[in-house]
Order: sequence, then C-alpha cells, then structure tokens
Amino acid sequence: MSLNLNSNIADPDAFYKELIDSQRGMDDAQAAMMNCKLVLLLANHIGDREVIREALKRAGGAV
Amino acid sequence: MFKTYSYPKFPYIQSEEQKSSQVRRHKLVIVGAGPIGLTAALDAAAHNIPCVVLDDNDTVSVGSRAVCYAKRPLEVWDRLNVGERMVAKGVGWKLGKVFFKDRLSYQFDLLPEDDNKMPAMINLQQYYLEEYMVDEIGRLPQVDLRWKHKLMAIEQRNDHAVLTVETPDGVFTMEADWVLACDGANSDVRSMVGAQFTGQFFQDRFLIADVIMKAEYPTERWFWFDPPFHPNQSVLLHRQPDDVWRIDFQLGWDADANEEKKPEKIIPRVKAMLGDDREFELEWASVYQFACRRIDDFRYGRVLFAGDSAHQVSPFGARGANTGVQDIDNLIWKLKLVIEGDAPITLIDSYNEERAFAADDNLLNSTRATDFITPKSASSRLYRDATLQLAEDPDAEFARKLVNSGRLSMPTPYVHSSLNTQDEDVFGGGMHPGTNCADAPVKVQGKDAWFLNQIGGQFTLLSFGTAPVESVAHGRVSAKVLQVGRDIADEKGILAARYDAAPGTTYLIRPDQHVAARWRGFDETKIARALARAVAA
Repeated sequence: MSLNLNSNIADPDAFYKELIDSQRGMDDAQAAMMNCKLVLLLANHIGDREVIREALKRAGGAV
Repeated sequence: MFKTYSYPKFPYIQSEEQKSSQVRRHKLVIVGAGPIGLTAALDAAAHNIPCVVLDDNDTVSVGSRAVCYAKRPLEVWDRLNVGERMVAKGVGWKLGKVFFKDRLSYQFDLLPEDDNKMPAMINLQQYYLEEYMVDEIGRLPQVDLRWKHKLMAIEQRNDHAVLTVETPDGVFTMEADWVLACDGANSDVRSMVGAQFTGQFFQDRFLIADVIMKAEYPTERWFWFDPPFHPNQSVLLHRQPDDVWRIDFQLGWDADANEEKKPEKIIPRVKAMLGDDREFELEWASVYQFACRRIDDFRYGRVLFAGDSAHQVSPFGARGANTGVQDIDNLIWKLKLVIEGDAPITLIDSYNEERAFAADDNLLNSTRATDFITPKSASSRLYRDATLQLAEDPDAEFARKLVNSGRLSMPTPYVHSSLNTQDEDVFGGGMHPGTNCADAPVKVQGKDAWFLNQIGGQFTLLSFGTAPVESVAHGRVSAKVLQVGRDIADEKGILAARYDAAPGTTYLIRPDQHVAARWRGFDETKIARALARAVAA
C-alpha cells in the first residue's frame, strides 16, 4: 500500500474547519502538544511503516 | 560511607616470573578483574585453559555500580558455579512502574516465564558479584589472579603478544598467546593497539546515590519522567540487598560533577524525593556521563576485547555488564578449540561477527532509550511528553508501547551467524539456529534438575529419539548425545514444547548453550557437516 494522496475525506471543507476549530482557545504550546498527540494517534491507526515513512517524506521530514 | 559492606583487600604477591626475571609464555592473559575479566577467568578454568588475570587494584568494585543482572548472564554464571550464590543474595523484581509528573503513567511486568531455573532479573551490588567470583577463582588451580599488576605496554608479534607489567616490585615482561582486554570503557589496551572506539556521546550528567533506609516500598523498578521533586529531569529508584536503594537523578547538561557529588547537595535531593521525615543514610554517590560506542573490531591480532572495552552503552536497560558476560560466553569455547589446534583461527573471527552484531543491537536499544529519556530538542521533548500523556489513557495501549525508560537486556540471537546451519525442516517456536537455549525442568536419575545444567562447555546432541550413536565428531571435536527419555526425563513435556520437538528431533548445541543446527531426524553426515561449520572448519 502507498500513501493515498487523492481526496479521501468526505466534505473536505467541513473536516478542515473541524481540525482548526479543535484548537480554538489553545495557546501555541497547547496546540503543539495536541498536534503531537494527533500525529501519534493517527500514525498508530495507519500502522503501515511504509505509508508512514512516505508521509514523513511528503511532509518534508529528513527521512 | 559504606556501612553495609566491608571491602576485602586482596594481597599483592610477587610472581615467580618477576622474581626470577625469566620471561614466561602464557596461553591467556586477562587484563582487568572486573565482572567481565573475572567471568572470563572462570570460563577459561571451566575449559581448562590456564590463565593469568592482571588487575591494577587490590579490591572489588568501589560502589554498587552495575546493579541489574538479567536471566541469560545468570545462566552463564550458573554454568560457572557462581549463579546460585548471586541469586540467593540478590533481590528479584519483575514489576516496573513509570510515572509522569505526579501520576502513574503505566506499569510493565517482566513476565518471567515459569519453569526456568534463573529469574528474569536480580539486583545485586557489583562488589558482591565480584567477591563471589574471586572466591570461586580461589578454588580453581587454572587461574592465577594477580593484584596490583598494571599493564604498561603491549607489543604484538605474529603469534603472541609481549606485555610490560608494573607491580610494587618494579617492571617485568611476560608473553601471552592471547590477551583478553576486560579493562573497561576507558580501556588502556584499546589505545595501546590503536583501535577505534566511536559512537555517540551524551551531554547529560547523572547522579547515582545509594541510600540505606528501611522502606516499605515494594521491590519494583520505579522510573519518573519530570517528577515534582526533580522537575524537567528523570529519576530511577531500584532496590538492592541490605536495605540499600539506588536512586539515579538526571542532572542535565551543565551540572558540575564535583559540586553534585557533595553530600550537602545530594541529601536535599533525596529528601525532596522521599519526603522530609524519612530516615536514610547516604552509602555511596557518583556522577557520570555516558556514550554509546563500540570498537571497530573485537580482535586486534592476538588481543581480544570484551565488555565495556569493546562496547559502551547507556545504563538504561542494564545492558553493560549483562552483554559483557555474553561476550565471554561466546569467546572462551572458541579460544579453547583454537588453542588446542582443534579449530582454525578463523573461529575466533566469528567472535567479532556474533558479538559485534549483538553490540550493535544493544547500542541501538540503548540509544533509543536515551533519546526518549533525554530529548535533544524542544520538538522531541514534546513528542515524548505527548506519548506519556497518551499512555495514561487506559485504552491507549499503543502509547504505552512507545514509552521507553530502557528496554531491559535480552540476549541477541545470532540469526545470521556463519556458524549456523540453516533449517531444512519446518520448526515452530523460537529456538532458531543462533538462539540461546531455553531452560526447562527435567529429571536426571529420578531427581529434579534443570536442562541448562545438563549442557554447556562442549557440543551436545540433544536427541528426542533413540540416537544410533553416542557421539558425532568432526576431527577432534565431538558432540555427545544427550537423549531425552534415557539421560534426562521430560516428564512435564516442557522441554519438548520449548524446542518444538517430535520423536526423532535432534538439536546440535554449542558449548555456549546456543543452537547451531536442528533436524527432524538423526543424520550423522548432516550432523558432522553442521559441527564442522560450527567450528569454522
């Protein structure tokens, strides 16, 4: 399996708003902490190391 | 300090060869009488190799230092008749708790497997361990243990090395067919032969404080990330025998070692941790820094390296002394066969092949734990704290798997070793070629016994059927049959289950209790071929 770069979320605008709204009222430190937790939760859900590695690369990571 | 232990002072004795100024050639000279050098001497004696051990001091380890000993090294020491005494004195533990700030984040159980002679882990001060080995060596005529002997220089020749040694009586020369350097992380021998020792240095300083106190804490490993009594750093608490507790404080990058070692600095730290009213006494303290690095080759001509002189790891996971003992377990039987001319010298090179592989595995684990415990950037610290916060959620099992306060030392199987014969038959379970043998309760002549006590020291053919012969040989190396149902009884079937055995199943087991090959039947030709391979012939 490879990283899915096609649109995969129904109603993209609503998702995006939900993501942004979820950090409403947070300061930078709180938002950064939440982002880290989110990455860990989603990475574990994906599970496939190849897919995760490709995402790390696509995100500009030094992989 | 040192209320619970009185240090033996071993006598310096001038050797005959120094007195007479006659240069003697020894088969094996071991440099350093720490846990690894002493283990090497015991194993050499077990293989009937006469050896000389040189140590520049005249007592055991000052301070408790290495404290945790894992099952596999205990099995090695048991083969060398010192394991039972260590276990009897040591404190067994199996539960580890990890705290983040003021809360329990998660706990782990070492889940020791039932029906093993040796426990998963014990805690024991290094001085006891060394003292027991020195005692045992006193009973062994093959070992000449020389205190106050400092190695000054080594000169390598084609088939031996020339050693310059200093004692209180001056300097003398000795020769050795083989030199085994067990002289620790700051090995002088390593610099004398010009070996490379490279890896990663860590900036953080740590304080070890051993305190004596009567405490009702359970015998568990407690690890704190960022606790209220020592903010932004980590702390480890471990129990040792004699009501001594090891507390390990991370101090950060810029701590002043000399300042931090002072009791007036240490006592408030310990008080903050224990609460003001608890009585304790400071037994020993030390400030350390560490590196994760390994030597480029475990063999330089006639000089071999084992333990910290060959690889240095972080203390997280108890991988230092534990892996050093396994170096010795791997090396000495090979040295014996080569010294006797029963195997080619290339067998010694498999020591580097197998133990460098194990060292890399240890270094990888050790470095990963260190990076988790001491994050190097704000972002990695954030991920670390996020992991610890998620780990508190009872549903988030995945996050607890990511928490790394040290993955505890497990033997590294030599899965790719050139000494292995690959399976041609199908086997289940974990006893692949290159793996250390599992223990099991057995009966010998109707009496309860342990399987591992029946093997080791020489090649064994473990046969789960009627073997057509009593042994199989390659040249002068022979593997003796140990037949289940005749020599040992497997009444509970645990041995058969652990080795996925069916009638006829045969295992070729190395002198270091590792599997070399296995088959579903007993074929002498195949066994002889595998035996030849296992001695690099």
